[in-house]
Amino acid sequence: MLRILYKTSYDFIRRWRMAAAFVALFTVPAALLIPFTGLNYSIEFTGGTVVQVQFRDSTDVGRVRAALTAAEVPGAEPVSFGTPRDFVIRAQELDAVQQQELGAETVAEQIREALNTAFGAGSYEVIRTEAIGPRVGEELRRQAIIAMLIAFGLTLVYLAWRFEWRFAVAAVLATVHDIVAAFALIKYMNLEISLFVVGAILTVVGYSMNDKVVVFDRVRENLHLTKREGLYALLNRSVNETLPRTVMTGTTTLACLLALLIFGGEVIRPFAWILTFGIIVGTFSSIYIAAPLLLWIERKWPRADMVVRLAGGLDSAAPAAPAASAKSSAATPAAR
Amino acid sequence: MTPLNYRLLTILACLAGAAYWLFPRQTIERVHKDGVFVYDTVQRVPLKRGLDLQGGIHVAMEIDESKTSIPDKADALDRALKVIRTRIDQYGVTEPLIQSSGERIIVELPGVDDPDRAIDLVRGTAFLQFQITDKTQALERVAGRLDALMRERGITAASFGDTARAVSAKSLFSRGDSAQAAADSAPPASGGPFSTKVQPAGAPGIYVINAADFPIFDRALSDTFVTKGLPPGKVLRWGADSVRSPVRTLYMLDQRAIIDGAALTDARPQQDPVRGTVVTFQLTNEGGRRFRNETSKHVNDYMAIVLDDKVMSAPTINEPIGARGEITLGRGRPLSEAQDLALVLRAGALPVPLKVVEVRVIGASLGADAVRQGLLAGALGLALVVLIMTIYYRFSGFLAVTGLAFYSVTTLAILAAFDATLTLPGIAGFVLSIGMAVDANFLIFERIREELDAGKTVRLAIDEGFKHAWSAIVDTHVTTALTAAILYNFGTGPVRGFAVALLAGIFASLMSAIFVVRTLFMLWLQRRTDAQTLSI
Repeated sequence: MLRILYKTSYDFIRRWRMAAAFVALFTVPAALLIPFTGLNYSIEFTGGTVVQVQFRDSTDVGRVRAALTAAEVPGAEPVSFGTPRDFVIRAQELDAVQQQELGAETVAEQIREALNTAFGAGSYEVIRTEAIGPRVGEELRRQAIIAMLIAFGLTLVYLAWRFEWRFAVAAVLATVHDIVAAFALIKYMNLEISLFVVGAILTVVGYSMNDKVVVFDRVRENLHLTKREGLYALLNRSVNETLPRTVMTGTTTLACLLALLIFGGEVIRPFAWILTFGIIVGTFSSIYIAAPLLLWIERKWPRADMVVRLAGGLDSAAPAAPAASAKSSAATPAAR
Repeated sequence: MTPLNYRLLTILACLAGAAYWLFPRQTIERVHKDGVFVYDTVQRVPLKRGLDLQGGIHVAMEIDESKTSIPDKADALDRALKVIRTRIDQYGVTEPLIQSSGERIIVELPGVDDPDRAIDLVRGTAFLQFQITDKTQALERVAGRLDALMRERGITAASFGDTARAVSAKSLFSRGDSAQAAADSAPPASGGPFSTKVQPAGAPGIYVINAADFPIFDRALSDTFVTKGLPPGKVLRWGADSVRSPVRTLYMLDQRAIIDGAALTDARPQQDPVRGTVVTFQLTNEGGRRFRNETSKHVNDYMAIVLDDKVMSAPTINEPIGARGEITLGRGRPLSEAQDLALVLRAGALPVPLKVVEVRVIGASLGADAVRQGLLAGALGLALVVLIMTIYYRFSGFLAVTGLAFYSVTTLAILAAFDATLTLPGIAGFVLSIGMAVDANFLIFERIREELDAGKTVRLAIDEGFKHAWSAIVDTHVTTALTAAILYNFGTGPVRGFAVALLAGIFASLMSAIFVVRTLFMLWLQRRTDAQTLSI
């Protein structure tokens, strides 16, 4: 058989400080940046107008911008889109959005009028128009946030029912980390947050949860099979045992995402980026964050039948074992 | 029949169902032929495509309360929905979506290539009225009062920029030659636009102004404070002049309409060189009688035909008119205007004005591109996963790939059977779920490997593998289903398509990994009852 990561016995929990450092290093700069420079929302959340046009003959952005300014279209910004004939005109400023309170299509009409005047009515084709009024944008924003909160709430409840609350909390917190990291990525790559991107984030929640569930399912099974194995060692062993599946599922999903990144096109690309990153981070957090979290929770609020397994500190399998080696030996009984 | 045979039969039944749902059928839809969109019969797989894949319009509308407030919104919305549905039915769009959602009306018209026309059609109130023009020279009498009211409201010529081509100050009060173009740009201090810039147009109640003066008049007439100065029972309405015309027409009309659009039973568009583009209409018996009554009282008067508070034309009543009549749109207007007007008159007026709060128009070429990209991505994703499975698990991987084929077909069949709409995110969801569907297989196969390590027989290892992986599989599928359900609930159009694809995939994945692959193993075991090793 071809087997990867066969019968490994890495001590993952030991590296929890390093993992925490990684997490902080990646997410804290974003957390500091976001309050100052905001996030790049699509018009679905802010309201506004986006018009994609294709001219018969090539033209340059300056001419398009001049045409729009001449007609005093509020805050319309043209951007080249692929070929010299394609442009995307976006009006997302506050005055444009407020004008759309009277009718979402008004700014788009103004843009078309402006182009008609400057370039002639037959010289271009409108490929796509999107106009969202301010109130619809606000509603979508609210709904997206509610959706994410409900996703976490429901999975918390389900996992608490299937396992028990400590497992559920550990899994959910690890997943929250993944979401925070995903938002950090969105900030660094300045991806436009659209409804589809929110869908991507919710999918990351789903995938990440799955990963934790698989590890914890193995933990639960090992708890049944052994009676006195130390929790530290047991958790490590469970992570090691599920490693092949975790890595293989991550690989196949990443392969599909690679296909989407290559062929998917502009609309799908942000979705694919977020999921790719989400899966890598999710795998990372399943291995390096979920288990230490569970151990920490158990130590603080131990379950009655777990007490016997909880000797020793967070950094070592057993007080007497040497702390130097990264690959600690397999399960040692907790009782000393 | 042995359990194995029951299983095989179930699988074959599923495949048969899938084949039925996915079999290419003849559908009528708009296709791009030689640069034009035409309706044509096309043979294709009956998966409904979202707007982002086939192009079209999505409009969300709300009741516009800027002019009047509507007491019973729910009822008004309901009636508006019925009217819109009738209009779209007559317009002839295949598979339109018209529904109310909370306080909004959502209209989706796939494959429509003239979005402005479609939106106007859907949104136009189409309130038709016939009103007699004023014969009492009311505007002349109240001109001074209106000007005073305008000054009170701060609507002055200065704030609008005075026009150089001011109409002669004498024009209204003298019956003299109104063509005298005295460049009198300083109106007397007591005067104002209504006193100085309005000219009679040769028929009682009909006046013209320079197009350049339109902004200030429009502003004044939009102000209810100013319009209170009008005599009781009279209203001022604009004519439907072309934007390029140098003049604008103002009509002083009796507020009471002698007949309105509710009495219409039919309306037809027509076009001929003599009359130009017209809409002929037919009234109900009762309406016809009333119309005849009223018009016989007003022979030789001018009757304005007012559509949405704009005067389309004001012909003279030569003799009493009965149940038939004609609305002239003018020479040179396109026939489509008459067609659209006839259509909305037939379908009825909207009970309330609507305003657009969201509109998306996707061109069809964009949609075709998206489909192609989605298919390519799907093909590549599938190929990669097949490669990984067969390399890593060899024969068992091959069985898993067979299960994957079943999975793909079943997912698409579920989408077709439930008439779900396939969108671009939906395609992405499908490709993604291929990668995740094999997760169940990984859980099972890794377990089988562990059991084989522990020294169990092949048959037992397979059984144990499936048994122990079961709980993890259920949990992972439920958590994914929860997030997909939430996405479905809170998402709109395209995102909903993604959630649906994911949900269909979850169900198919359960079936495929647990039932189909197990059956294949059982089949294999039946043929090789003495198997000592398993290629996994």
